[in-house]
Amino acid sequence: MAKRVAIVGTGQTFHKSHRPDVNGQELIHEAVARALADADLKLKDIDAVVIGNMDHFEGINYVDCWSVDGSGGTMKPIIKLTTGGTTGCTVAIGGYHLVGSGMFDRVLIIGWEKNSESDTTGAITTAFDPIWDRLVFAGAISGLAAEAQAYMARYGATDRDGARVSVRDRKHAMNNPHAQLRKEVSLEEVLASPMLADPIHLLDVCPRSDGACAVIMASEDIAEKICPKPDWIWGTAARHSYSYLGDADYGRLTSMREGSQELWKKAGIKEPRKELDVVEMYQPYSFGGLIWIEDMGLVGPGEAPRYIWDGNTDMGGELPINPSGGVISCNPIGATGLIRCAEAAMQVMGKAEGRQVPDVNFAFSSGFGGCWWTDMILHGKKKPA
Amino acid sequence: MAEKENIIIESGDAVQPFAYSVGMHGSRFFAEIRDHKRFLGIKCPKCGKVYIPPRGVCGDCFVEMKDWVEVGPKGVIGTFTILRYAFIDPETGAQKPVPYGYGFIRFDGADTLFQHYINIEDEAKIRVGARVEPVFAGERKGSIRDIEYFRVID
Repeated sequence: MAKRVAIVGTGQTFHKSHRPDVNGQELIHEAVARALADADLKLKDIDAVVIGNMDHFEGINYVDCWSVDGSGGTMKPIIKLTTGGTTGCTVAIGGYHLVGSGMFDRVLIIGWEKNSESDTTGAITTAFDPIWDRLVFAGAISGLAAEAQAYMARYGATDRDGARVSVRDRKHAMNNPHAQLRKEVSLEEVLASPMLADPIHLLDVCPRSDGACAVIMASEDIAEKICPKPDWIWGTAARHSYSYLGDADYGRLTSMREGSQELWKKAGIKEPRKELDVVEMYQPYSFGGLIWIEDMGLVGPGEAPRYIWDGNTDMGGELPINPSGGVISCNPIGATGLIRCAEAAMQVMGKAEGRQVPDVNFAFSSGFGGCWWTDMILHGKKKPA
Repeated sequence: MAEKENIIIESGDAVQPFAYSVGMHGSRFFAEIRDHKRFLGIKCPKCGKVYIPPRGVCGDCFVEMKDWVEVGPKGVIGTFTILRYAFIDPETGAQKPVPYGYGFIRFDGADTLFQHYINIEDEAKIRVGARVEPVFAGERKGSIRDIEYFRVID
């Protein structure tokens, strides 16, 4: 009964810091309409819907219910998945499971967020343990800063190394009309921007955004009829590593390490740096672009700064990372992981326009949560064996 | 035709109180701080890892833990940051006073990190590996706030 699964269409909004002109349902509909148009499908063709966001940000639950007029979920099988920052990647993994099971042929997958509707850091903090974590935790930035401090102490990296990643992503965003922030910055501008939480400067970190993304997956029986060159899902992985924030191994992202090893094994990939053609990672701050590519096994521990400085992850380099401009340029949180998935799919399908990397065979996309949990997807041009 | 108008409705000062169970392990941990200014961790019988906060099961080995061990009260900064930007503290509904030191403390004898404030009067002393000790509250009620903060003693 198990089926191979492919992405046959994607759609996303033009993400902004604030979309007061639309409510959640209207925002969702923009992405869904674009995904259906991209796949040249009608709503009647959709067999099931997976939707998610991070409820904390709007303080409104049950998007599976209240959005159906906009999402297309009226009188269809619909489920909500919400896993914090990874939500966008998790909805994709959930859709993959539904189609892969053989029970649904075409599944519509939606991630969205209106981060403008609350204080993002305050809302994230409510997702953490009230007894042990909330006294000092200050949303994702505080945990990320603690990770960066630990990495710098362990490997001798500097804030300039982090800033170089931010310069890269912000430059890449110039090629992506959907990105919220499209302005190149210099290394000096990153380092001179206000310190938010040592060592993270304002320009090291993502903005908060309003946006939505939709992806359509189809089974191997019909995928190539819908889309001549679909994006095949080669594997997915998800990992959690702790109960309380103090349990984590600061300076290493163990969830990324273990999950990516599972993906490489599933696909028979021996040297990910050489075999992957493009990476779209949920990297909400610059230092993650150093630490986490080491955990992916692209380079060894402590080797990322050199690899990044040499231009290997820039457009035209050995392995371009975040051609879309990444999360540093745009972060509607519940949509963000699915935007990574959609961008990776567009690269495989050859639809990435001004940000297209040539000849993509394998692409990697990921979702990142909270602090320290990771979901990921391996995308490929060829149909998996 | 009227000019396009985007109406925003604010939730105002809405408050929803919660009542959280700390659980049997956390309750003993807080009672020990309140009554004796002592920190109790719990040790996995299989891998030997000492957990703070204490809990019933070692997730790595998935075995029950019953061996309580005293840790600290001194330790080192495992990692840290200094928060400098203002945000709404969901615990109070008001802006959190900044800057403040956010420490991940590794108590002597513990394997996981304990989160708390670090005194940042002398920022130059705040570094990974610096030795710290807790400063307890005068009136202790059995919560994380029974410790006021940690301070560097190097």
